[in-house]
Amino acid sequence: MIALLIRDLRLAFRAGGGFGLGLAFFLIVVTLVPFSVGPQPALLGTIAPGILWLGALLACLLSLDRLLALDYEDGTLDLLLTAPLPLEAAVSVKALAHWLTTGLPLVLAAPVLGVLLNLPVPGYGWLVISLALGTPALSVIGTFGAALTVGIKRGGLLLSLLVLPLYVPTLIFGAEAARRGAGGQDVSTPLLMLAGITLATIALMPFASAAVLRMGLR
Amino acid sequence: MLLNAQNLTLARGGVPVVAGLSLSLEPGKALILRGPNGAGKTTLLRTIAGLQPALDGEISGAADRIAYAGHADGIKAMLSVRENLAFWAQVFGGDAIEAALDAYALHPLAERLAGTLSAGQKRRLGLSRLLVTGCPVWVLDEPTVSLDVDAVAMFASAIKAHLAGGGSALIATHIDLGLEAEVLDITPYRARPDQRAGASDEAFL
Repeated sequence: MIALLIRDLRLAFRAGGGFGLGLAFFLIVVTLVPFSVGPQPALLGTIAPGILWLGALLACLLSLDRLLALDYEDGTLDLLLTAPLPLEAAVSVKALAHWLTTGLPLVLAAPVLGVLLNLPVPGYGWLVISLALGTPALSVIGTFGAALTVGIKRGGLLLSLLVLPLYVPTLIFGAEAARRGAGGQDVSTPLLMLAGITLATIALMPFASAAVLRMGLR
Repeated sequence: MLLNAQNLTLARGGVPVVAGLSLSLEPGKALILRGPNGAGKTTLLRTIAGLQPALDGEISGAADRIAYAGHADGIKAMLSVRENLAFWAQVFGGDAIEAALDAYALHPLAERLAGTLSAGQKRRLGLSRLLVTGCPVWVLDEPTVSLDVDAVAMFASAIKAHLAGGGSALIATHIDLGLEAEVLDITPYRARPDQRAGASDEAFL
């Protein structure tokens, strides 16, 4: 399992691996918002938590279609399926590698981009906490979507259509936690819900992903 | 341990291709599968490797003992030859990377990125992966595609060494490898067109 994680991370950092793509996309989307909304610091400060969460979610989505499709095309998935490693573990490791290369950089970059959007000062900590709690769920759910579309040519758009509705609960509670944090309100309810969703998806989704992957590879 | 398959019925894309096929593979033996294109060789090998379920019949002695090599080699272009092998060695818990590089004369290429190899060199890398898995049963689907004469000889000697070590191999191939092996022609087991029962869930759609 460690071998698979190290291999995925190594591939992500080599040429064409796509590390930083999600981060760059996040950066550009968030930078474009002040241009489209106009120079209204108060309004920007109000919508900042939502924009940052939405940007992070879309950036996560961007790299999902490479998650399993590349391994499918070169036959690695077939070989992993015949390996002594349980497929549930393999997809969990791939989701973890995706989070480390996409989700974690987004979490770390979010406070910097919060400055661009005039995010109120009390919101920075809660923004980072809510993203750190929520983005693992995005990776795990995304892995399920990638497994569903693995055999399909040009499955990237279909993947987005399948995965985005599943992202709604995470987005609602994540953005709500960040918004309440920025407004100085109590954040415990949305944070608990967010943590619950993340833990439940980490526990259950790998089984669903492995099951649909077995079907898809027949 | 004996690999045994009894009375297999196999389908590809919902259409039955093979029916009533049985085979057994003893340690130290190789079995060569023959049959024209579309006879179901790949489907049979994928089923025995556990990649797809059989419609009917039973397979025993296959779980976690099989190293499968299909048409795709599972090579990552941006990893070096040695890194590719090391990855599979770790996944399968083997460690014979140097021996595998020796067996297919890959030492001069060991630090090259796999994406820069020729088709035949990639195939040699794909076949050398079998050596690092340490699995006793090799299931090979047209292993000699794009290999030159020398590389076919390397492959034949790797197979012989594997068999001498108590391993076994199930090989679908069209060429003569110079092995003393039983040959199974699967053409007579072609499924009749009316054997559709259970092959597809179309009736429920």
